[in-house]
Amino acid sequence: MPEPPYGPDAAVSEAGAGGATDLALDEGQAREEGSGGGPPDPGPAGRPRSLWSDARRDLRRNPVFVVSGLVIVFLVVISLWPSLIASGNPLHCDLGKAQEGSRPGHPFGFDGQGCDVYTRTVYGARTSVTVGVCSTLGVALLGSVLGGLAGFFGGGWDALLSRITDVFFGIPVVLGGLVFLSVVTSTTVWPVIGFIVLLGWPQIARIARGSVITVQQNDYVQAARALGASNSRMLLRHVAPNAVAPVIVVATIALGTYISLEATLSFLGVGLRPPAVSMGIDISAASSYVRNAPHMLLWPAGALAVTVLAFIMLGDAVRDALDPKLR
Amino acid sequence: MGRYVSRRLLQMIPVFFGTTLLIFLMVNVMGDPVAGLCGDRRCDPATAARLRVEFGLDQPVWQQYATYMGNVFTGDFGTAFNGQKVTELMGTAFPVTVRLAVVAVVFEVVIGISLGVLTGLRRGRPADTGVLLVTLVVVSVPTFVTGLLLQLLLGVKWGIVAPAVSSMATVDELLVPGLVLASVSLAYVTRLTRTSVAENARADYVRTAVAKGLPRRRVVSRHLLRNSLIPVVTFIGTDVGALMGGAIVTERIFNIHGVGFQLYQGIVRQSSQTVVGFVTVLVLVFLLANLIVDLLYAVLDPRIRYA
Repeated sequence: MPEPPYGPDAAVSEAGAGGATDLALDEGQAREEGSGGGPPDPGPAGRPRSLWSDARRDLRRNPVFVVSGLVIVFLVVISLWPSLIASGNPLHCDLGKAQEGSRPGHPFGFDGQGCDVYTRTVYGARTSVTVGVCSTLGVALLGSVLGGLAGFFGGGWDALLSRITDVFFGIPVVLGGLVFLSVVTSTTVWPVIGFIVLLGWPQIARIARGSVITVQQNDYVQAARALGASNSRMLLRHVAPNAVAPVIVVATIALGTYISLEATLSFLGVGLRPPAVSMGIDISAASSYVRNAPHMLLWPAGALAVTVLAFIMLGDAVRDALDPKLR
Repeated sequence: MGRYVSRRLLQMIPVFFGTTLLIFLMVNVMGDPVAGLCGDRRCDPATAARLRVEFGLDQPVWQQYATYMGNVFTGDFGTAFNGQKVTELMGTAFPVTVRLAVVAVVFEVVIGISLGVLTGLRRGRPADTGVLLVTLVVVSVPTFVTGLLLQLLLGVKWGIVAPAVSSMATVDELLVPGLVLASVSLAYVTRLTRTSVAENARADYVRTAVAKGLPRRRVVSRHLLRNSLIPVVTFIGTDVGALMGGAIVTERIFNIHGVGFQLYQGIVRQSSQTVVGFVTVLVLVFLLANLIVDLLYAVLDPRIRYA
């Protein structure tokens, strides 16, 4: 399969993967550029190939990763500057054009209120990406700190944390969202993000805890302890870098599911509320016009599906690359 | 085994109380339980105060929770906003949702496992890659999109099925909603079975069975499948609890009057008794399903013995 070109494009798509980058990797890339797509060479003297450089090599050759990476770069760019491809205002509606089909300048047609479906979909994607990225950052930070510390120190806090995660796992997510968000009246994205972080962190905490416990049994951690390394040094220099891979994988896949969750909650009427623009709200509104104007449903639904799909496929590819056992 | 069961049951107790307390706090502290009782208008302060005393809402929260739990254990889930007993609502709603969940589980078992075995035995072939891609798409597309699209195509455009489910909610009406509800788990079951089958197909005991000259059918159905299905059964078991809670979206789309519908009504009409009651039962179902799965594990896999 053709390798993606090096240069600005490749760099951007890998930055889009988020988190999985590591300073040492850039040297590996520069070196590989010279050797072309030849057989994997063992790094320069004294620098063994790491899990990360292996993963990076795998990812660049994986078409799923390249395609989903490009889609995500596109989504991130239009989230930052939606006016690049949609010049209109998503809240500007003209009832006279309600339910009309597509026409030049308005490729997706108009919705039940006469708003431009294309503009609303672009701004809805912006909301989705914002919710997905912010909640993943929150969940990953909270979950890996709590779970990692519990796994590292063990004892009473660990037992308590395990019980607390059990409690959160007992609540079905959509159900919890309905109960929790139905009392909130804000029209911003923050209550939704807060809720996702509240219910999402135990998942990452479990993964981080298990990963830290596994890493801790390695000889090099024991050696560091024997040499008298302090807790913080061991945690930051030895345990964390080696335990972070599973967390990144789960967080990437979770990003896609959080986008899906936001849309589902908005569809049920408790997530984002108008005038906030969300594909979930638009799909919910469109579902009552489905007999006369299916385009109102199909465009946002398709866009939402592609958005979620891109993130989940990216997570899938990252997992394949980072988990040597699956090869 | 007996000791293990009792230990697991004891472990369930704090989780059960923790979860219900969390839901109770969300509904009764963050929301206002009295607000829904006066219709669309706000209650006037005097009435609200009288209702608060009448329902014991002037007491500390922990005491309210204790009273509520005491009532629940004597079978009293309180009354909904319209004066109907919550237990009555449960009596009409749960059979419908259980039927829906059963339809969904049957889809998961029949379609999911067959596809998983087919692809697991043909790893790397086009059929395998195709099914894998389809499962990835199914997992990614949110359930409500899948549901609306199927409703649009099958119900509205082609008229094969009725787009909405009647209040009887018979099994044949629930086929399409059941498929929608099952879709995501169906994809997971397929992937799980595929991985498991592919892994076990290389095992020594399968090679022995083939070497003995057993027909392929028998090798697959008796030797390979029996061992490969252990993780799948675990997944489906835990999924039963999740399906009951996840039915909210499906029931909303197809207008099914089950647990999800009642819960949604309870939330919209701010009937806290309905919400807390239904969620309590759902949590209990979820925990019991997990327990049964753990016990089933020991039955299916003789290598696992609980002391």
